[in-house]
Amino acid sequence: MSNAVTATADKPEPNFLEVTRGWKSWATTLDHKRIGIMYLVGILTALMLGGFFALVVRTELFFPGKTIVNQLWYNRAFTLHGAVMVFLVIVPGIPAALGNMILPIQLGAPDVAFPKLNLASFYLWCVGAACMLTSIAMGAIDTGWTFYTPYSLTTTAAVIPAVLGVFILGFSSIFTGLNFLVTVHKFRPQGMGWFQMPLNLWALYSTAVIQVLATPVLAITVLLLFVEHFMHIGIFDPNMGGDPVLFQHFFWFYSHPAVYIMIIPAMGVISELVSTFSRKHIFGYRFIAYSSISLALLSFLVWGHHLFVSGQSKLATMVFSALTFTVAIPSAIKVFNWVATLYKGDIRLETPMLYALSFILLFTIGGLTGLFLGILAIDVHLHDTYFVVAHFHYVMMGSTLVAFLGGLHYWWPKIIGKMYPEKLGQLCAIGVFVGFNLTFLPQFVMGARGMPRRYWDYDPEFTIFHQLSTIGAYILGISMFTQVVYFAISAKRGPKAPQNPWGATTLEWVAPTPPTLYNFPSPPEIPELYDYDDLVEDPEHGGFIRKPSTGPKKGGH
Amino acid sequence: MTGSGSASGSAVAPPTTATPPAPAAVTPGSQPGGAAAQPANTDTPIAKPDWVGSPLMCYDGKPHKWFEHEACKHWDTSGTFWMPKGANAAADGTDVMFYATLGLSIFCFFGITAAVVYFVIRYRHRPGHEPEPSAAHNDTLELTWTILPTIIVVFLFLFGWRDYVNVVTPPQKAVEINVLAQKWNWTFTHQNGVSDNVLYVPVDTPIRLVMTSKDVIHSFYAPVMRTKQDVVPKRYTFAWFYATKPGTYRLYCAEYCGGNDVPDGQPELGTGHSQMKTILVVLPKGDYQRYLNDAADTSSMKPEELGARLYEKKGCIGCHSVDGSAKVGPTWKGDFGQKASMSDGSTITVDENYIRESILSPQAKARPGYPPSMPSFEGQLKENEIQGLIAYIKSLK
Repeated sequence: MSNAVTATADKPEPNFLEVTRGWKSWATTLDHKRIGIMYLVGILTALMLGGFFALVVRTELFFPGKTIVNQLWYNRAFTLHGAVMVFLVIVPGIPAALGNMILPIQLGAPDVAFPKLNLASFYLWCVGAACMLTSIAMGAIDTGWTFYTPYSLTTTAAVIPAVLGVFILGFSSIFTGLNFLVTVHKFRPQGMGWFQMPLNLWALYSTAVIQVLATPVLAITVLLLFVEHFMHIGIFDPNMGGDPVLFQHFFWFYSHPAVYIMIIPAMGVISELVSTFSRKHIFGYRFIAYSSISLALLSFLVWGHHLFVSGQSKLATMVFSALTFTVAIPSAIKVFNWVATLYKGDIRLETPMLYALSFILLFTIGGLTGLFLGILAIDVHLHDTYFVVAHFHYVMMGSTLVAFLGGLHYWWPKIIGKMYPEKLGQLCAIGVFVGFNLTFLPQFVMGARGMPRRYWDYDPEFTIFHQLSTIGAYILGISMFTQVVYFAISAKRGPKAPQNPWGATTLEWVAPTPPTLYNFPSPPEIPELYDYDDLVEDPEHGGFIRKPSTGPKKGGH
Repeated sequence: MTGSGSASGSAVAPPTTATPPAPAAVTPGSQPGGAAAQPANTDTPIAKPDWVGSPLMCYDGKPHKWFEHEACKHWDTSGTFWMPKGANAAADGTDVMFYATLGLSIFCFFGITAAVVYFVIRYRHRPGHEPEPSAAHNDTLELTWTILPTIIVVFLFLFGWRDYVNVVTPPQKAVEINVLAQKWNWTFTHQNGVSDNVLYVPVDTPIRLVMTSKDVIHSFYAPVMRTKQDVVPKRYTFAWFYATKPGTYRLYCAEYCGGNDVPDGQPELGTGHSQMKTILVVLPKGDYQRYLNDAADTSSMKPEELGARLYEKKGCIGCHSVDGSAKVGPTWKGDFGQKASMSDGSTITVDENYIRESILSPQAKARPGYPPSMPSFEGQLKENEIQGLIAYIKSLK
């Protein structure tokens, strides 16, 4: 028990942040935690950029007609917002930043299986991001983040670097996924079977499966787009006998599973948070684990629901509708299990838990509004309206990004070794929840009333909804920006974090804070997963310590 | 119905004075919803509606045919809090499903929220409070909340599918209208060859739309009809509806199709996806037939009048002004007979042949400073229509 604690007390080993110094030691590091931190910096930068474009879009829509930018720049702004947020922020957000920091430590492993591949993956992310930014310099893309043909074949040359960026980012994603797959298979310690893994690892594992299987299709798709652009073969271009709807099939064959690349790791994070802050064993561990895997598999079978009004065959439409509904079941199971975990707990409303509770409510709305879009007759009315925009923001932002923020607050003390300002954190979490709902709830109404998406100008009867939405977006923007600022300050001079500030049971909280270069000075004992009985508050250092085990365990499982 | 032709000399006289029975037939059946709507049979000029930006120009003070006044009415925005009025007999199921799903969703959401809030308050951490032992899993409970949602979604799927089949399957006998979508306007061509940028349809009749696109993917979306269908280049897609209520409704493009730079100072004249909207006018049955006859009758029009009509009907108005102001394309005012420099450095005189070529192959001789976004109208204009447009441009001194 607590080998780590005694080791640090006897002869403090330098932590991974101090073991070497200088920018070169970071640029060439093979340490998964440092790579995770570099990812985090990159992703937060991209998040602010994407948020800036979001505010340009929302500000423009404050009044009908022109408010601040003309139609061309509006089109570019929403395209860049979508492309940056999806490809640079949300897809890599939890796996590459949080996952890199945490996955090996949760396994009790010194690093991921292929540290060099891990670093390569980060550099590919940088190159991909640079390509996307090049496209802005070249006049920016205006195709929407989906690059639908034939429009994307007819518009400006700036599409080329953007598509190249997506191609490269795809490989970054594949490398991370491959690394995690092998790590989870090979680096699990003695005594940690599949069903002794924290649910976060199940989620990251399921995500990695999708990343490895689906992302190559994205690579193929954008490669074909290149070929079409330069060689005019006639794959997607109807003027040369191509099929523009084929592009949509290819694109969504990746991009629908990509939605689960975003949401499944979020669910993993939430499972950890809900259990820890309720001080309760997660309810229905196996159901949650299996639902992660089944979501990963089902995610491959539902891409056609993006094409219900595209002119695909009625039979295909029917089949895809039926398959789409199957996704609702594992999603519902998870929500019920999280709520049941709260039952008879001892619920602490620290910032990560506020995000976890926000997630449960926002994901519920995102999931329920998904029912509307799965029901064929209703989808015909709602497709390509603001209802869809609101729906996927509830899932991608309200769920994934909120879970990312929750996870960031949760693991920040462990990785950086400093605490963030708790009260301000709670305030921002409430700001995010309120701002988010104010932004996107009115969009459901607008959409059902028939407001099409991607409109620069709109009919006057929608004005009030757009204005509420814009006000919400600013509340959201301020809350997000404040967090980036206080994290930066906390990293410099936040109070020292205790080893286990939340009293969590997974392995990373056994490691020193911040962890040493290879995470554990000596191989750790595997603690009982989600068993909080032995963890008691430590009035001396703050946080929790494991009390020497005394007698038989209480509790009934 | 030759009102336009004869009334052109005295622009204040509305065309409807020539056919008093027409508005009488229209008014009772048409929607009273648009408050800004000007009855077609008054002598006052048509008031400028507050929805500037549509290529319809009923507020221009010029005489118009009776049916064009229907399209100038402010569209019907009535409906419930959640949905616009439904006017499609084939889509009644959509509304039922929508409200049923809404009820189910609100029930589930408030159920879950109530549970979360209750647990958080009841079991919140406070001095002396300890977590109580409770089961870490309960197979019966978990199977219940696996099977129950499964049953619910099976029914949602089945009903949604049944209603979808209604929404997308037209009856054997339907009035067919051809739809051509292009950046950024719609052309609706009726069985007798009348083509228009406003969709006029008869009430209580199945309407089948045969749609194709000239350039990129667009999407036909009429919210009151609860129907939407992408319009794809080089192939036909289909939509249908059975309009139950005469009136003037919105019609949108729902698939993003780009946009052009808008000259500063004239944001309301921008062209792009968000301007690719028009009006769906549901006429009483007899009026639809009269619309077909009256719209087809261009024989008595002078060439420049025909050109002026086509300027609006074919969407030229989206990019070319007739008052000298800058838009996406060059203005037509005073253009004829001018020397114009071309992108390739040459200089030409704007004459009949240049205009004809610019209509049929716009990029052959393009002017610098304008985006190459004009589509070719090859095959869409008859010879006398091209002559009409040339005559109209000539007349714009």
